[in-house]
Amino acid sequence: MNPHILIVDDSPSIRQMVEMTLKSGDYQVTAAEDGQAALELCQQHQYQFVLTDQNMPKMDGITLVKSLRGIDSYKRTPIIILTTEASDSMKSQGREAGATGWMVKPFDPNKLLQVTAKVLG
Amino acid sequence: MSIDMNQFHGVFFDESEEHLVEMEEVLMTLSVESPNPEDLNCIFRAAHSIKGGSGIFGFDALTGLTHVMESLLDQARKGQTHLTTPIVNTLLTTGDLLRAILNSYRNKEDIDWAAIEAGTQALNAVIDDNKSAQNNEENEQGFGFFTPIDSSEVNENVDFGLFDENEFSKDVIDDEVKSTPSNESNGFGFFEPLESVCDQGIRTPVLSEHDAVIQDDLDSTKTKPSNTVKSNSKKTVVKESNSLRVDTQKIDSLVNLVGELVITQSMLKLASEDVFGHGTEKLQEALEILDRNVRQAQETAMSMRMLPMSFVFNRFPRVVRDLAAKLDKEVELVIEGSSAEIDKSLIEKLVDPLTHLVRNSIDHGIELPAKRLAAGKPQVGKVTLKAEQGGGSILISIVDDGAGLDKQKILEKAKQNGIETHDKMPDSDIWKLIFAAGFSTATEVTDLSGRGVGMDVVKQNIESIGGQVEIESELGKGSRFIIRLPLTLAILDGICVSVGDQVFIIPLTQIVESIQPVSNQIKTLVNEQMLWIRDAYWPILPLYEYMNIQGAESDPTQAIVVLITTANKRFGLLVDGLVGQQQVVIKSLEHHYKPVPGVAGATIMGDGSVAFILDVESLASTVNQPSVDIEVKIA
Repeated sequence: MNPHILIVDDSPSIRQMVEMTLKSGDYQVTAAEDGQAALELCQQHQYQFVLTDQNMPKMDGITLVKSLRGIDSYKRTPIIILTTEASDSMKSQGREAGATGWMVKPFDPNKLLQVTAKVLG
Repeated sequence: MSIDMNQFHGVFFDESEEHLVEMEEVLMTLSVESPNPEDLNCIFRAAHSIKGGSGIFGFDALTGLTHVMESLLDQARKGQTHLTTPIVNTLLTTGDLLRAILNSYRNKEDIDWAAIEAGTQALNAVIDDNKSAQNNEENEQGFGFFTPIDSSEVNENVDFGLFDENEFSKDVIDDEVKSTPSNESNGFGFFEPLESVCDQGIRTPVLSEHDAVIQDDLDSTKTKPSNTVKSNSKKTVVKESNSLRVDTQKIDSLVNLVGELVITQSMLKLASEDVFGHGTEKLQEALEILDRNVRQAQETAMSMRMLPMSFVFNRFPRVVRDLAAKLDKEVELVIEGSSAEIDKSLIEKLVDPLTHLVRNSIDHGIELPAKRLAAGKPQVGKVTLKAEQGGGSILISIVDDGAGLDKQKILEKAKQNGIETHDKMPDSDIWKLIFAAGFSTATEVTDLSGRGVGMDVVKQNIESIGGQVEIESELGKGSRFIIRLPLTLAILDGICVSVGDQVFIIPLTQIVESIQPVSNQIKTLVNEQMLWIRDAYWPILPLYEYMNIQGAESDPTQAIVVLITTANKRFGLLVDGLVGQQQVVIKSLEHHYKPVPGVAGATIMGDGSVAFILDVESLASTVNQPSVDIEVKIA
């Protein structure tokens, strides 16, 4: 079965773009519009990779990562934070929260597929 | 693999537009002295989202400007910058500029780079001012994408990230990356060695049964060609939001089809009356169910087109703020009933006339603060925008507590323009004079309301969407403009009435009741037949006379009088009989033929014949309403 990826972004256009890109790479994709909705989904389903935006209403990416790491089945699931600022403070926050990595927006769809392939082994 | 980015542009434009609206709303209500952190976050996120999207979709003109804006907002939300009114003003202007750029991209027009440069400089000037004032070094942080990090951080990253390993950069990352071994420039990185994470992540999928079902769902949707956005899996759509963006044209065609369905349904009903024998009962039963279903389908389809009035009203805080500042007036805007819903097509056409009326209220209505104080009024003028729904129509009023309309000035101006007036004109008729073409009582034409577009255009615009404008005003106290609009233009509930061999339809919402009068209810006053009912006199308008139809009943006691009320009149319409109640799909007569007085449109009846829908407002204008005084005397 193809890996199932959860994408989390409050922007419908980016959500669609990421979703279509990943689907073109033959992944299964589910989308959520904020951290809270994503967390609810993760409590019910197991995704193999979570790709989340940082800046979102209700719950931001860092908080989502922290919450997910508190769920047993998500302790080691790769989580990448999409962010427009890759500052050191953002990175240290991401690392502390337990994220697997970060990716700077804007990005090229091909690069997204490459990173996804690498993350999923 | 190639993804066509164009397919996401429409969504991006829509969402950015929403962000700009939200940003403006929050900026308008923001307390400059002690801003609510959530408000600041909200504006920041709006700028941030536009920046993110525009970067991905290549709308560079938006990216640069939103980047500077975002930096400023980031400082503000972190408390490094204190907002001031000039900063808020600059942010508002930047919002306008962003909207203009967005529209240029949307309409594939040339980008005004000079304006963007000016806008960026204006923002930077605000930031610099603030920087020098506060001398805050941390400001730097908000700007950089790839701020160099300190040496210990770098080492740590090398340990954690895989991007420095040659194998990885060869495999995955493009050429530019190879030449720069540093993590940061790759645009992505990992905090931990990848292998362990990935292996665990994939080898231990704990799938529940429920999960499997969903995955099957997703699989099945995936097997279909999914070139378009619409083919997103159902699961996704439901989970991510409860609303769906749909092209208006699709809804319109649905509304049209349901309208046709209504006609087909009444054809069936008519045809079924000629069916006899076995199974008739079952057929009737089924037809009744069909009737109910069609009606529900119609209501649902219509409700899809409805939008709250806030779509129109939300623009006004800004309009009022800008205009008041320009005119050195102080105006408080009160908005009420913005949740009342109205057809989308009406909303679009309502914006211009409403803007004009609000500008008028502030420009000509509200006085300068000094003048207000001298007149014993509060220094701050008040303009109220209000929407209320009643029956099949919506009432929108624009009320100001300004100077009111000046009767003498209006009469003088009317005389100058050669409009007939007389001294005993009732006030309501005098106010209507301002709707005449080329009419303006302002002694000086300002660049705001007096731009060649007069009240006549406002009236035309509103009438073109089936509405009316009324004015109430009192000198020194203020004015009230009331717009009455139908909720929708496509379908109406009507009573079918017969006159001679013709059938007409009267909009149900304007009917009070229908009666067959007895002779002592009919009085003749000033040579006109009146009907005494409900403690009032109702002038009788024989429809056969108006429409020039032969062979109709002319004796009210042998016919039916339909009591009708309009915006400011009431009358009884004399018809032969009532045929039934029906929902009709309005077909414009103007489009297909030409405007006919007294007729609002036409519709196709169940038997395929065409019936006219009466325009009761224009019928009412031919009736002489007995004034209140006469009534009292007679009663």
